[in-house]
Amino acid sequence: MALKIVKGSIDRMFDKNLQDLVRGIRNHKEDEAKYISTCIDEIKQELKQDNIAVKANAVCKLTYLQMLGYDVSWAAFNIVEVMSSSKFTYKRIGYLAASQCFHESTDVIMLTTNQIRKDLSSPNQYDTGVALTGLSCFVTPDLARDLANDIMTLMSHTKPYIRKKAVLIMYKVFLKYPESLRPAFPRLKEKLEDPDPGVQSAAVNVICELARRNPKNYLSLAPLFFKLMTSSTNNWVLIKIIKLFGALTPLEPRLGKKLIEPLTNLIHSTSAMSLLYECVNTVYIDVNTPPLPSLSLSLCLYLSLPPQLCVQKLRILIEDSDQNLKYLGLLAMSKILKTHPKSVQSHKDLILQCLDDKDESIRLRALDLLYGMVSKKNLMEIVKKLMLHVDKAEGTTYRDELLTKIIDICSQSNYQYITNFEWYISILVELTRLEGTRHGHLIASQMLDVAIRVKAIRGFAVAQMATLLDNAHLLTGNMQRMGICEVLYAAAWICGEFSEHLENPMQTLEAMLRPKVATLPGHIQAVYVQNAAKLFATVLKSQEGNTDSTAAQETSQLMIDRLPLFVQSANLEVQERASCILQLVKYIQKLQQKDVEVAEEVSALFAGELNPVAPKAQKKVPVPEGLDLDSWINEPPSESESEDEQPKAIFAKEEPKHSRPRREEVDEKELAKRREARKQEQANNPFYIKASPSSQKVYQEAPGVEHIPVVQIDLSVPLKVPGLPMSDQYVKLEEERRQKERAEKKKKEKKKRKEKRSGRGKKHDSGPESEEDITPAHQVDIVTEEMPEWSIITSYIFIKTKSYCVTVHVCSSRPLADSEKLPVRSHRAAEAPKSPTEDGDATSQEPKKKSSKEKREKKKDKDRDRKVRISTGLFLCLLGNHSHLILVSSGLPGINKCIQKSKLVFCFLPLTKVYDIQGNLQDGSQVVVSVIFENKCDSFLKSMEFNVLDSLNSKLQRPEGSGPHDGLTVPFQLPPGVSNEARFVFTVQSIIMPQKLKGTLTFIVKNEDSSTHEKLDFKLHFTCTSYLITTPCYSDAFAKLLESGDLKCSSVRLEGVNMPFHHLLARICFHHHFSVVERIDSCASMYSRSIQGHHVCLLVKTVSIDAKCDEPTLLGNVLDEIKQTFSQC
Amino acid sequence: MQFMLLFSRQGKLRLQKWYVPLCDKEKKKITRELVQTVLARKPKMCSFLEWRDLKIVYKRYASLYFCCAIEDQDNELITLEIIHRYVELLDKYFGSVCELDIIFNFEKAYFILDEFLLGGEAQETSKKNVLKAIEQADLLQEVTQECQTPPFTMKMNI
Repeated sequence: MALKIVKGSIDRMFDKNLQDLVRGIRNHKEDEAKYISTCIDEIKQELKQDNIAVKANAVCKLTYLQMLGYDVSWAAFNIVEVMSSSKFTYKRIGYLAASQCFHESTDVIMLTTNQIRKDLSSPNQYDTGVALTGLSCFVTPDLARDLANDIMTLMSHTKPYIRKKAVLIMYKVFLKYPESLRPAFPRLKEKLEDPDPGVQSAAVNVICELARRNPKNYLSLAPLFFKLMTSSTNNWVLIKIIKLFGALTPLEPRLGKKLIEPLTNLIHSTSAMSLLYECVNTVYIDVNTPPLPSLSLSLCLYLSLPPQLCVQKLRILIEDSDQNLKYLGLLAMSKILKTHPKSVQSHKDLILQCLDDKDESIRLRALDLLYGMVSKKNLMEIVKKLMLHVDKAEGTTYRDELLTKIIDICSQSNYQYITNFEWYISILVELTRLEGTRHGHLIASQMLDVAIRVKAIRGFAVAQMATLLDNAHLLTGNMQRMGICEVLYAAAWICGEFSEHLENPMQTLEAMLRPKVATLPGHIQAVYVQNAAKLFATVLKSQEGNTDSTAAQETSQLMIDRLPLFVQSANLEVQERASCILQLVKYIQKLQQKDVEVAEEVSALFAGELNPVAPKAQKKVPVPEGLDLDSWINEPPSESESEDEQPKAIFAKEEPKHSRPRREEVDEKELAKRREARKQEQANNPFYIKASPSSQKVYQEAPGVEHIPVVQIDLSVPLKVPGLPMSDQYVKLEEERRQKERAEKKKKEKKKRKEKRSGRGKKHDSGPESEEDITPAHQVDIVTEEMPEWSIITSYIFIKTKSYCVTVHVCSSRPLADSEKLPVRSHRAAEAPKSPTEDGDATSQEPKKKSSKEKREKKKDKDRDRKVRISTGLFLCLLGNHSHLILVSSGLPGINKCIQKSKLVFCFLPLTKVYDIQGNLQDGSQVVVSVIFENKCDSFLKSMEFNVLDSLNSKLQRPEGSGPHDGLTVPFQLPPGVSNEARFVFTVQSIIMPQKLKGTLTFIVKNEDSSTHEKLDFKLHFTCTSYLITTPCYSDAFAKLLESGDLKCSSVRLEGVNMPFHHLLARICFHHHFSVVERIDSCASMYSRSIQGHHVCLLVKTVSIDAKCDEPTLLGNVLDEIKQTFSQC
Repeated sequence: MQFMLLFSRQGKLRLQKWYVPLCDKEKKKITRELVQTVLARKPKMCSFLEWRDLKIVYKRYASLYFCCAIEDQDNELITLEIIHRYVELLDKYFGSVCELDIIFNFEKAYFILDEFLLGGEAQETSKKNVLKAIEQADLLQEVTQECQTPPFTMKMNI
């Protein structure tokens, strides 16, 4: 035994210690990995020994290797061994290793509970301390639960060294095991008045952190903290206390009044910048951040502190030579800007100075601030400064940042601050000269936006764009500048679309057809080609007016010469457009040679004006019933994620409750308020009201476009785009314009004043120029609320496309066997099955025929009874088992001639809403019925009204404001022989039963001599099948579904069916919207899903179908319908 | 505070302390990313940067970068103060500390840090108290170490 010990200690002398390891690693720079792997092998050997000192040494080395990024999790158990050593030296190393290497998923942690408990109660305070420190790093919920009580006891330990650590670690315990907060809280509160300042500061720390998460429960501590705040001189503590008050004051405004004095004193007296910064930051900012976003009032208001005081202090920070203070000052300033823009704006000079700073992060902060500081008055000046910086900037990132900021600043809130758009266009053009910017598309979209929306500017914009196009080679000169060539996209489009404003369209046309264009990216070439055509139309128009027709022919020849270049393009879009236009031009040339005037027709190709659509247009699209936009599409994230916020829940159980109703309440009041505010804003917004003619006139009087020379370019000077006006000019022009306006206003005011003086003698001073006094030179088209009629139509088209999507989906996912004769698949379908023999070959059409025949028979009887009514006899019904098709029926004998020939085709499609398409079919409750009206008679049909008698379950969706019995006007008239389609949306609540709806169609038949009012009755038949949507399903998901046990079972026998099995399947797929999941010989599983998300599963054999569905009624009906399909074939 | 990193100008990690539980992979990723970002900054730039949803406060002392990650509402200046305070503590303990001191006595550097910060919060604002605690713990360590060395030294001690 003794020998063994001696041997062990001799071995130890040759072991590497940490220093040796570090030295070794430093000496093996080339083969570090190899060296370390031998070291790890040695460590593994060392860990196998009994000697604890050797083990501790090994663990210490491992800790170092862990930091270098090596995995040491395999040694976790050895670490625990070292931790449990009775010697402080080793224990210390063990705990250090544990705190560095352990994390929540380390499984040996649960072995440590008792060891830690033992150490916590050790008589040696350093043992306890080391255990507490280690625990703070790797505490798990289990450890927290098991040790909470021990730590709580330590909070009242005799040694402040332990108390302090225990208090701090309690915070970690609260996070992991929130239940401990309530019992521990009284003791924690006690510690706020601990005689030891360290313990006190620890308690303040913990409570401040807790209060940040949920301030409400700590309001009662306010007086205590107030006392601490006024008595403490420790800045660390003060900072925490101020933070705490920042969270408390919004809940208890009275606190604010008490805080004014001590806070102001602190701000004035403290020399610690960190404390000052905290004061300013908390007072102005924290209130606006969650958890109290609803209280947008800043603390300042509660405190009635003048914001100037803080801003003044911040100015001192920003003016400091220390970069850190400068940065923080700007950061805080940008936060104050949100609540007190006025008080910040006066420091514009300082902010602009910061743009010159060496430090990029400071410059970026200053840029952020500028965004909020612009006004109509200073926009041009600020942007001018920024443009200077753009020229000076070295790094492309910073320059790009500047560029986006300039555009952001100018375009913010609908170009609110721009008074002169000519200036803005020239700024944009100047920006195109930037080398290597990524933001070409941004500039392009701005150009497009301005040119489209500011009508008055179009002439100017077009001239500028034409110059750009002419100088395109400068932009595309080298490949590095490819980003900027996006601008040409905008330029080409603007020149084409507004070509009537071009001074020399021919020149621009030539510029657009240069061979060099072919080097541009495809999408830009495409725009070039298309707009060359537009220009061509304009040029033709101007040339045809002349007597000489050769010019026009030359233009055509130019197009024919140049376009083949684009026809050869590899880009499909370019190629397609070019070959189209080339053919067109060739045809035009032929006509020209015959001296036919074509200009009118050609320009008709591009006629029509573009109208802007309001950003809120979507609002006008009614939200379909049953679509809850607030509901979760997926399950909301489970509570487990918010576990670390649970302390909140303990003390504030009411909180989640009040949040909801409150929001609604706010909503209504807020809405009214906002509406009022908006009206006010609109009234004040010069952009909103049609600009008064006077301001337009002023603009025209100003020395504007005419003065700007559009000079021919000199190709040898490629650095600047010549001929473009400098934006600076506009600053001057704008000054003049404003002065003029001011002068006019003064004149007027003088007049007024004179009048007033003579009348009442009251003095009225105009004062300095205010924001509102600056009228814009141009008017922006801003469509905010009103929307042109057609946008409703657009939305309708949108719906339409969606339903088509479904059709396509159904068809494409289910290809049919060749032998399967398709029934008429288009909604235009449908010869009326006047006699059963007529379509006897189309087997699948039979059921429809039959049922309609039956009904027709019945109807006939009725009609014979009531011969007085002229219009009956035509009815329609819809058969679900013909998927989205169709039923036709036509006039019956003995009825008015014209109706006899008129024909209605009904088409039925389930409408899936946007998110349905995306795969979520829950909650579908809408179907769209598409009706084709075809006029078969010789008269004109008009004023058609479609009406359906709503049932409890199914309702026709009518526009808002109309009664439940009003009909829907069909939005078209039908000349003889014409057909057209209308769609009607139905809301269906339950889809488990088939439905029949009665309806009428009224219309006026207009002959040459007379017009009569007619009426047709019809029936709509919604089958259950029609609510199913073909949904693909994987076999494993299918198996899971069947195993889940939620599905009810049912089955049906197919008798007398003798067709090949695959025909049978195809038929079910086609008629009943199923998809095959798996097929094994003559047995197949099939799946479909209803629009409301019911699963329908079938097991099809040759003679029977077993079926499962979560809704038995639906299943029964579907099976009945399937049976019907097969019984009739 | 979420974590503290010490790394050299060459990007070698010298010390790491995490106050939030993260897996090793994530820690490595964050470290690599941050070291790169901080080293790329020019010397005259300010000590703060926004990174993900955290604020990074760093300061360079000789060849070592001290880098802390704090939450949005935390005070940058006081964090800078913490870094400075820690450097002062190291300085006092090692007597004008250099990078090699930290490399070769990295466990001591951790012990000092643990006495100064606990769970990411400053536990002791008085430098004197921290140093006293460390000295006493070291004393204890020496005593235990001497206990296990051969008996004759023990006799000498007595």
